[in-house]
Amino acid sequence: MTSPNIAAGCAAPDQSAPLPASVDLEKETVITGFVNTADGEAVGGAYVRLLDSSGEFTAEVVTSPEGVFRFFAAPGSWTLRALSRAGNGELTVDVTRGVNEVALSVAAA
Amino acid sequence: MSRDTALVSADWAEKNLDAPGVVFVEVDEDTTAYDGGHIPGAVKIDWKQDLQDPVRRDFVNQEQFSALLSERGIGNDDKVVLYGGNNNWFAAYAYWYFKLYGHRDVVLLDGGRKKWELDARPYSKDVPSRAKTSYTASAPDLSIRAFRDEVVQAIGVKNLVDVRSPDEFAGRLLAPAHLPQEQSQRAGHIPTAISVPWSKAANEDGTFKSDDELGKIYGEAGLDGSKDTIAYCRIGERSSHTWFVLKELLGQQNVKNYDGSWTEYGSLIGVPIALGDEPGKA
Repeated sequence: MTSPNIAAGCAAPDQSAPLPASVDLEKETVITGFVNTADGEAVGGAYVRLLDSSGEFTAEVVTSPEGVFRFFAAPGSWTLRALSRAGNGELTVDVTRGVNEVALSVAAA
Repeated sequence: MSRDTALVSADWAEKNLDAPGVVFVEVDEDTTAYDGGHIPGAVKIDWKQDLQDPVRRDFVNQEQFSALLSERGIGNDDKVVLYGGNNNWFAAYAYWYFKLYGHRDVVLLDGGRKKWELDARPYSKDVPSRAKTSYTASAPDLSIRAFRDEVVQAIGVKNLVDVRSPDEFAGRLLAPAHLPQEQSQRAGHIPTAISVPWSKAANEDGTFKSDDELGKIYGEAGLDGSKDTIAYCRIGERSSHTWFVLKELLGQQNVKNYDGSWTEYGSLIGVPIALGDEPGKA
């Protein structure tokens, strides 16, 4: 499933963690967002992995207590996959240079 | 070495939290994870603060390692169970380190923090107080540590295993994608290195794949069992994970970790670099 870029789509409020001042958004492709349940509850402590277009693991982070995650990637297609006590979820996104915000839902299998 | 002597399961760990002579040690890059909750009774080692020399670009020496373990209350005869986040990268790095300094009984907790979290096992915020010991580290075993000159000479001769992600290998990314990409060194890989991302060796929950699966992965990638092997990544932590797989789980002889890794190699003047997805020529 491909998700629209939230920042571009529905002007959701920026819930991502602040970026370090040293990060140059002219150069970086940031993929950030939050993991939540179907009920909209934030999932902290979830393991979110970034898979490249061939499905190969590229990076993994743990969400903050507010469910926030962030990656520094490159423009193109990526898959985000979350594992958590509240269940798992997956999402494919197309991203461009700058900040790309996404929301990732998890549900018990 | 083998799986039975180098690895313990989360079940084993939970049953042995209070076992005498067993010390759990959480090793992380980001030690706020420990502070927010850790395996009950575990002490922490900070990858940067505790394991790197504060001035020289190197890791702590024999005396510093002895002092660190004494201060944390770890004895020479204790069974040390290492675990951490990032799929045990830094725990594997510490394991390599404990081996380098001659610790006899050290194991990795299979799956590390992730498996523990996903299994919904208990955490504690209590920091244990352990009586100080007088730990004596052995002289470093350099048969498991590779330095840059040896790596340059290994091009086209030994197995070089690049365990970074395919995009880092090809030169499209300079660092793992959870880190900013601004780096001083050149992108690419050491010519003739095969690309076997560390993650191939792990299941999604962070546990290691079976020996059969692991043997197949490295065999198909072109690892020549009759040659010596050097593993590298960006800063030597992910390659510790692969070093652990090749040396400790699969029992391959003569496997070294190049902890200087790409941050050093990619900054050297005049060494050959290959770009793209193929190993490249010597």
